Amino acid sequence: MIELKKKFENSEVKIADMPVGYSGPGFMATSLDKAVGLARANSLWPLPFATSCCGIEFMATMASTYDLARFGSERLSFSPRQADLLMVMGTIAKKMGPVLRQVYEQMAEPRWVLSMGACASSGGIFDTYSVLQGIDKIMPVDVYIPGCPPRPEQVLEGILSIQKLVKNESLRRRNAPQYKAMLAGYGIEVQ
Amino acid sequence: MASQVTGNKTEPIPFANREGNRFTTLNLGPTHPATHGIFQNVLKLDGEIIVDSEPTIGYIHRAFEKLGEHKPYYQYTTMTDRMNYCSSPINNMGWHMTVEKLIKCELPKRVEYMRVIIMELARISDHLICNSVIGVDTGAMTGFLYIFQWREFIYEIYEQICGARLTTNIGRIGGFERDFNDIAWRKIKYFVKEYPKGMKEFEKLLVRNRIFMDRTIGTGPISAERALNYSFSGPNLRAAGVDYDVRVMNPYSSYQDFDFKIPVGTNGDTYDRFMVREQEMWESLSIIQQAIDKLEKLDDKTSFHADVPDFYLPPKEEVYNDMEALIYHFKIVMGETDVPKGEVYHCVEGGNGELGFYVISDGGRQPYRLHLRRPCFIYYQAYPEMIKGGMLSDAILTMSSMNVIAGELDS
Amino acid sequence: MAEKPTIEEISNALKEKFGAQIISQSQEYDFPCILIQKSAVVPVMKFLYENESFQFRYLTTMCGLHFPEAALPFGLMYQVHSLVHNIRIRFKSFTTKDDLEYETLTSVFSAANWMEREAYDFYGFRFKGHPNLKRILNVEDMDYFPMRKEYKIEDETRTDKDDTMFGRFGNDTVKV
Repeated sequence: MIELKKKFENSEVKIADMPVGYSGPGFMATSLDKAVGLARANSLWPLPFATSCCGIEFMATMASTYDLARFGSERLSFSPRQADLLMVMGTIAKKMGPVLRQVYEQMAEPRWVLSMGACASSGGIFDTYSVLQGIDKIMPVDVYIPGCPPRPEQVLEGILSIQKLVKNESLRRRNAPQYKAMLAGYGIEVQ
Repeated sequence: MASQVTGNKTEPIPFANREGNRFTTLNLGPTHPATHGIFQNVLKLDGEIIVDSEPTIGYIHRAFEKLGEHKPYYQYTTMTDRMNYCSSPINNMGWHMTVEKLIKCELPKRVEYMRVIIMELARISDHLICNSVIGVDTGAMTGFLYIFQWREFIYEIYEQICGARLTTNIGRIGGFERDFNDIAWRKIKYFVKEYPKGMKEFEKLLVRNRIFMDRTIGTGPISAERALNYSFSGPNLRAAGVDYDVRVMNPYSSYQDFDFKIPVGTNGDTYDRFMVREQEMWESLSIIQQAIDKLEKLDDKTSFHADVPDFYLPPKEEVYNDMEALIYHFKIVMGETDVPKGEVYHCVEGGNGELGFYVISDGGRQPYRLHLRRPCFIYYQAYPEMIKGGMLSDAILTMSSMNVIAGELDS
Repeated sequence: MAEKPTIEEISNALKEKFGAQIISQSQEYDFPCILIQKSAVVPVMKFLYENESFQFRYLTTMCGLHFPEAALPFGLMYQVHSLVHNIRIRFKSFTTKDDLEYETLTSVFSAANWMEREAYDFYGFRFKGHPNLKRILNVEDMDYFPMRKEYKIEDETRTDKDDTMFGRFGNDTVKV
């Protein structure tokens, strides 16, 4: 691997760092959570929960200029059972809250939530009787992307932040009592 | 409806005859990959044929009309951005024109032509999304990817003019906040020159494509009488055969100086809506070219706003140095200017039809009552009637061809 | 095609047919506005729809109005458009708070269906004969009508916002 890196040192091709471990001819030994983290981070399947204007910026991010697929999110999953990352994009009204909550509860662990835009993070410019003032009132959120709407570059930065979280997550996190207590705080029963 | 493959007429199965017939209830729920926006439809299916449907909307109700009673006139533009967010500049301009009508402000010709350019670019941008998404719903993802590059180019033009891509907040009451700079003009001219190539590529993919035509001809039809009774407007109405275009019927912003055609369909089905939007994009391109030519012939080459010191913020250099400008700035921001009392209704031809603003002013800083005439809200009522008797996949196509934007549907 | 009728002709025809139910007429900017009584709404619309020389066959919009200080606080505004002659007219009719029941316009214009539901949702107007009068934009179990002037725009149940930082001291009509 080190020879490979030297070969590409002066070229434009970037290769990812391999995790810390012990390698020899034909094998590489590292800890399980690093390998799993690497695999998970580079193949996140997002569920685009697009409600309003941020959805159009997400479409622009998925399109060819700011391609999101090169970060591993080639397959958008619209079924929560098959998705890793719930991307909430746009204003969530109080009428939509239970629907969003139901979608979140259907996702299997490990799952991450990305709140894109000001409306999803905090209600945005709509401080009204009908808008939920931030999705963190009903579910735990991992990354918030501010903006109204955020530029595609900011969306990509948000995805990269999620990837960093995913890569460094411990395998025992989802079973830990603190995680369960946090979910219980939102009223989400853990299956 | 006729089967396109064999040409035989297949009659819808009469449900009155079948004893003990239980229809399948299918929830085309608020979160669904194919509904572009969040609205729910509970469908009653007889096999694959749709017997009845009940739409539910309001999943993104953000109380625009109530917000209008609390925001000053110049701050409300940011809300209008978020209504039909695929073509925000048209909403912005519509709002500015409403307020200008209220305060009886006359604009210089140059400003009106610049507004026409911005509005037609926004119209192209809106129709591009709709048409490419019709393609995606029939399975043709390539058109979507190709066309979004051109939308990015339109976004770049907006960025040069106002700084934002999607929710533009372009313009001010009385004109624009700054003149279009050279880079913006260069980009607009480049767009007008190069965009036909992109359009022709997109058209070659879909317009005479056998599969696309089979899927879209005959799906979701509506007749002209029913469309008028449902108060359709915009491309959906023109596809049904009625040539009602607000730009021609009640011209605003000097549209009467431009020479353009109104494309009209025959059946009101999905293919007609697609083709009407395609043709409207060509007409918009020609209007932009005419506007650029007219601007070059005008004597006035510098003004970018009207002379309304009571509503248009003076430039910052003057505010810091000149007492009068400082006072005007203070009065506008703090709301001490006199707004005439009265009520005004102004409509523009938005991407989806007649977008109207009804303002009742009581002389205060914010409107007393603001009502938005949203085209999507009005024509989406006809959706159950349009899909009855068709199949489920046709229902999806009909919805995407009607260009229902959730932000405009729920105010 | 018949020649374009003037506003006076239309207004005279209406006064002839409906008499005292047409209360007054005014011109607001470029719109003729006619104030009518509550009971006259559907007959007037039907008359203008069926009349061959007027042909007002397009309902542009309708909305609710609330003027708490007026004698008749609640009202409805209708705008109709004759596409053939390019004439637009606005009708308004006002009523008291206890008498919010109007007759539905869906028999004349199918477009009025959701517009009336929106007026019900926002102000509480009821429409006799409406096929499906329930809330359309707000949650189904909401127990108040939000667009009425006595209600604030923000959610009353929020606890995490410090309004004093925004110059609001409990009354959002106070100007700083």
